[in-house]
Amino acid sequence: MSLPPVPTPEALARAGLRSSATFDPATIAEIQRAAREGVYAIRGGGAKRAVPHFDDLLLLGASVSRYPLEGYRERCDTDVVLGTRHAKTPIQLDIPITIAGMSFGALSATAKEALGRGASAAGTSTTTGDGGMTPEERESSKTLIYQLLPSRYGMNPDDLRRCDAIEIVVGQGAKPGGGGILMGQKMSDRVAAMRDLPPGVDQRSACRHPDWTGPDDLEIKIEELREITDWQKPIFVKIGATRTYYDVALAVKAGADVIVLDGMQGGTAATQDIFIEHVGIPILAAIPQAVEALEELGMHREVQLVVSGGIRNGADVAKALALGADAVSIGVAALVALGDNAPALEAEYEQLGSAAGYYDAWHEGRDPAGILTQDDALAARLDPELGGRRLANYLRATTLETQTLARACGKSHVHNLEPEDLVALTIEAAAMARVPLAGTNWIPGRD
Amino acid sequence: MSSVIGQEQVVDLATGTVRALNAALHEAAVPGRWVVRNPGGAHNVAVGIDGAHDVVVDGHAGYYCAGMNQHATVRVRGSAGVGVAENMMSGTVVVEGNASQSAGATARGGLLRIDGDASARCAISLKGADVVVRGSVGHLSAFMAQRGRLLVCGDAGDALGDSLYEAHLYVAGTVAGLGADCIEKEVCEEHLAEIEELLAAASITDMDPRAFRRYGSARELYAFKVDDAGSYR
Repeated sequence: MSLPPVPTPEALARAGLRSSATFDPATIAEIQRAAREGVYAIRGGGAKRAVPHFDDLLLLGASVSRYPLEGYRERCDTDVVLGTRHAKTPIQLDIPITIAGMSFGALSATAKEALGRGASAAGTSTTTGDGGMTPEERESSKTLIYQLLPSRYGMNPDDLRRCDAIEIVVGQGAKPGGGGILMGQKMSDRVAAMRDLPPGVDQRSACRHPDWTGPDDLEIKIEELREITDWQKPIFVKIGATRTYYDVALAVKAGADVIVLDGMQGGTAATQDIFIEHVGIPILAAIPQAVEALEELGMHREVQLVVSGGIRNGADVAKALALGADAVSIGVAALVALGDNAPALEAEYEQLGSAAGYYDAWHEGRDPAGILTQDDALAARLDPELGGRRLANYLRATTLETQTLARACGKSHVHNLEPEDLVALTIEAAAMARVPLAGTNWIPGRD
Repeated sequence: MSSVIGQEQVVDLATGTVRALNAALHEAAVPGRWVVRNPGGAHNVAVGIDGAHDVVVDGHAGYYCAGMNQHATVRVRGSAGVGVAENMMSGTVVVEGNASQSAGATARGGLLRIDGDASARCAISLKGADVVVRGSVGHLSAFMAQRGRLLVCGDAGDALGDSLYEAHLYVAGTVAGLGADCIEKEVCEEHLAEIEELLAAASITDMDPRAFRRYGSARELYAFKVDDAGSYR
């Protein structure tokens, strides 16, 4: 299948044809597809719609009233420690950019290995996903965070003891309130065995944990995990951004060492498009709510905050840290760094009815980049060493960008960035991020 | 707090802590016999054991008793709270009283025996263990159960085996209702042998294996089809 030639918007306009803003071509195509197939559209990635984001904020570089630090000469540290509240062994990272949870199943084993290699080379952590821990990723990851999800696929106490931190996944930004999906095409024998499922089934994981509901239960569940691992491991709690102020406060009350907060731009390997685009809030709006909850509890910086959902470059990292996060997490950007949506694969994307830069049918398991697949031949295309090298390069470049911006603001550590260093370009972003509209002292919603 | 009486290590939770108990169980170089006095419904008693210990909890236990058990035998001489033997890998857990909800959740191996009744979501998301309940189980038991066996000598609540995968379910009493994609299936010789094996493992001698009916997955929802949408009630 390849895309049919389409007249350019200019040609259509010259012919007097105007598309509807409400029923635009993509909307019409989706109605036609739903009528044809009778089932919701599933895709990977995060929200595609434009929402207020870090691009709507600007950093205030130093001038007369503040002085900057010399680039490449004066230190600007980037290290971060996660899990200092209760864990005997907090994790120490060289950079404040971590790799988000992505499952073996959604990703090939070679992709998981590449993530581990890249993260380790850059001095940061990677995270398992809704499919258990593979030996490849444990071996290749210096610091590995092990997720406890509602499905509990592959969960076992040996891996709990073998990991460096435990992340209780309550939700994720792409689908807060939703469970996982892994279509049968990706349910290979190995994936199925790790998940105790028959090969080839369309797997839909539960959205609620099987043995706890609500913050009081969560407190006991966290204590159980601490007891099993003799209080060694930091316990993260990951939430999708919705009622962030309350969810963060309750997770902290339940005993979390680290809050992982994922905004609606955060990717998923597969979920209903309608879910991705219409549930949850942008990470820009969520961070100030989380920081407010932490500050009210006297826990800001004692319980660390890791944020994700559309982090692409050092500007996003610097702005997230300035708003009060301790670190960020990346998923989609890491996959792109490995080689996802590479222009070199244009012809193959076209064969799949997509195009480089647009490919998001990650659930189908036919990823020509060998990343989002369980097809052995496709997976073999990804060289984990090369992929790891690319990811490490990207992480280093992003860290350098972050340092560049922090130094410009006069900061000797990226954690010294603060809301006072930010202004907003739009009223919406100013209201959400709780920083002034550029050139004014006005923060909408504040007296 | 704790003392050695004969060959038994006795830990009194009236004066000691769950942390000290679990640490001692994890650090013990060789398997031994343990008695936990005055558990008083404490949570997370005897969790994360990795060894063939023999543990008696002399009273009621709270949440997650014997969670993620490996190799040990844990006997609760009372009732157990939510998630007893959750994610058990191996060994045996016996609850002489009743069990709260989510008993044996996601358990992968070993045997969970409940002499009384079990509440809702018993054996939820079961992944390979055996669960034998002398009494009845509540609603949504064996929800999304993937592998393993649940045998109920009494009755089962509504929505038994909802969205079931490949776990085997046997119920002697009435079933209030079957969940989506769960159907009654014929009891063949191999299934009678399974029932006999489970009854023997749980030391139940007064039940006729032929009294049990078998329930399993219709496998209609393994590949989602739009015409099945009505099955998701």
